[in-house]
Amino acid sequence: MPHKIVNKNQLSENVYRIEVEAANIASARKPGQFVIVGISTEYSERIPLTIAGADADKGTITLIFQAVGKSTAEMANLEVGDSIDNIVGPLGQPTHIEKFGTVVCVGGGIGNAPLLPIAKGLKEAGNKIISIIGARTKELIILEDEFKAISDELTVVTDDGSYGRKALVTEPLKEVCSRGEKPALAVAIGPTPMMKFCCLTTKEFDVPTVVSLNTIMIDGTGMCGGCRVEVGGETKFVCVDGPEFDGHKVNFDLMMKRMNAYKDLEQEALDKYKEHRCKIGLDK
Amino acid sequence: MTESKQKSYSELREKQKNGTLKNSERLKIPPQEMPAQEPDVRKNNVEEVALGYTEEEARLEAMRCIQCKNAPCVEGCPVRINIKDFVGAIADGDDQKAMEIIQQNQLLAAVCGRVCPQEIQCQAKCTVGLRYKDPTMAVSIGRLERFVADKFLDNDMTPKIAPETGKKVAVVGSGPGGIVVAGECRRAGHDVTIFEAFHKPGGVMVYGIPEFRLPKALVQKEIDKLIKMGVKLECNFLVGRTRTVKQLMNEDGFQAVYIGVGAGLPKFMNIEGEQLVGVYSANEYLTRANLMKAYDFGKGADTPIARSKKVAVFGGGNVAMDSARTALRLGAEEVYLIYRRSEAEMPARIEEIHHAKEEGVKFLILQNPKRILGDDKARVRAVECLRYELGEPDDSGRRRPVPIEGSEFEIEVDTAIVAIGNGANPLLQQTTPGLKFNKWGNIEVDDNCKTSIEGVYAGGDIVLGAATVILAMGQGRIAAQSINEYLKSG
Repeated sequence: MPHKIVNKNQLSENVYRIEVEAANIASARKPGQFVIVGISTEYSERIPLTIAGADADKGTITLIFQAVGKSTAEMANLEVGDSIDNIVGPLGQPTHIEKFGTVVCVGGGIGNAPLLPIAKGLKEAGNKIISIIGARTKELIILEDEFKAISDELTVVTDDGSYGRKALVTEPLKEVCSRGEKPALAVAIGPTPMMKFCCLTTKEFDVPTVVSLNTIMIDGTGMCGGCRVEVGGETKFVCVDGPEFDGHKVNFDLMMKRMNAYKDLEQEALDKYKEHRCKIGLDK
Repeated sequence: MTESKQKSYSELREKQKNGTLKNSERLKIPPQEMPAQEPDVRKNNVEEVALGYTEEEARLEAMRCIQCKNAPCVEGCPVRINIKDFVGAIADGDDQKAMEIIQQNQLLAAVCGRVCPQEIQCQAKCTVGLRYKDPTMAVSIGRLERFVADKFLDNDMTPKIAPETGKKVAVVGSGPGGIVVAGECRRAGHDVTIFEAFHKPGGVMVYGIPEFRLPKALVQKEIDKLIKMGVKLECNFLVGRTRTVKQLMNEDGFQAVYIGVGAGLPKFMNIEGEQLVGVYSANEYLTRANLMKAYDFGKGADTPIARSKKVAVFGGGNVAMDSARTALRLGAEEVYLIYRRSEAEMPARIEEIHHAKEEGVKFLILQNPKRILGDDKARVRAVECLRYELGEPDDSGRRRPVPIEGSEFEIEVDTAIVAIGNGANPLLQQTTPGLKFNKWGNIEVDDNCKTSIEGVYAGGDIVLGAATVILAMGQGRIAAQSINEYLKSG
């Protein structure tokens, strides 16, 4: 059954938010879960995307994605009224939500999208939310208003200082952890190196840290094992054991290498796609 | 065909018609070889390897059957097809009748004619084979089944449907078992919905078994047949997550549920280097290649797969053979199949082993990987193996492989595919309270495929562990009968 796009807007240079019809998923999903999207049935890739929000009454879910490869570029070119053939979910274990006390939520770039529903859920459970969101530069900061609305404290940082504080997210994170009353939990979601360094930071202070991993997947149901990561020396499947793990136990270095498995092929596919769109005069 | 051969064929047909063909004459007919694409040609394409019997080959093969009284072949068939009679019908030239006989017990004849391990089932018991003390001399029942099924593939032989009962049956998983249950329950007049997690139906027949062994168009035809019968199909629906079994029953009005989700959690070997880039589970490798059509990457398909030059496949089953032969078709120059026992212990079908060898897969037996070695980018560069020898028989009855100490050696490869089987997927266990599982995570059922929850039935790999298409179908038949019986009283 095709899923119609009912809303679309661009959040930053390459980041898009779409709202699509998916009634079953909208009513079943919980914070932390994801879907797998395949634009068309015959030849499309299956790509995992976190559910950034849902409206059970309307029967829609919100997806936020960055156009980095061919499939996401193709998706970015869909407009309201167009459809996506396949969306399956919700997948993965939901976030463990309870009242911990103070939780520091750290988001980097596109990572703010999966972080938002988790932060929201934690807020609703009665936690004090300290949010730190960052990006390379001003244009890439997404969902600032949404975070403002649910956070008790919010710090925005950019690498180049073009907006907010000029810092990496680890700096304010370190400050929060050094306070007299240290946070009971940290949640860090973003690019793999960012999560790695957040975990190194919180480890010093013994602040338990949850990360959400977005590895290469096919089915998202445990069948292919392509998403496997090393956690505490054991092999875990991100799709069924995760996507959230104890960040202090994740082997990020190995994960980063695995994420590059298809870099060359992906670039090739993207170049071809762009060239094709240029030729037929579709590119904006 | 030479003139004399043609003459003898006509004579045999004539005698068959008159009922004067003697057993001694039947036994003299040589087994008919299956025409196949040449190895050098087929390893460069994804088209089907075995091409199917011509009419004449089929008649000759069918006439080899001596129509023995007790027909032990039927007992060897997990779905109890009336083999003796359908083979007899082919010998008589009445293929329509043969198809009708097959269809009494079998909805997926074109599939099973191709992928059933007949040599350990019906054909293992064939009187002709036993008479020669050579199983390869048995009547080729599978090839005959395929011959008939292919002939009627496009004919509308949709079975009759009983009057609507208004009762709803949910079938979880659209693999071979699910298809059988859906068909049988629909025939009984129930309102059947199949739920499939992937975006295409067919289960292992579309993601796992390669095109060159089982064309996907053929599987689709079987699915189309179900749809024509009125079975509903919901793809992209993961039972346990999208809706739970309890929700299907308590909120969505399904009175019975069949769980046929397969095994689907790949086993790894827990050796060093398994996380390296270029190490695949066979599930992932085959899914990329088959379902996602990675062989067309750059020519339409968006899913990439390693462009391998040298590939090592670990394992000795059908899935290992499929992986090795797929790697060749994707352009690998060298493919090694590494197996720790000897060829005699390989669980793969003889035909698959034979085809793999013909195509150039190199068999490294009595060897096993100890670790996988990577380069500075964490890409596979070699496998370190140990040599093995065979010791005393183990629990499986096969001789136990024993490593030879200090026998380590390296094989240079850029890709490694782990094909050592699947465990049970934990999703339903996590989300279906009250459903009983054994210690390996397989669902517990009684002889009627009934689980610990009223109205819930299960079969196939999620019950049996890793098995075959036909065993899943056999359980599907049992489960469907139980469900139809259960819904009669309910």
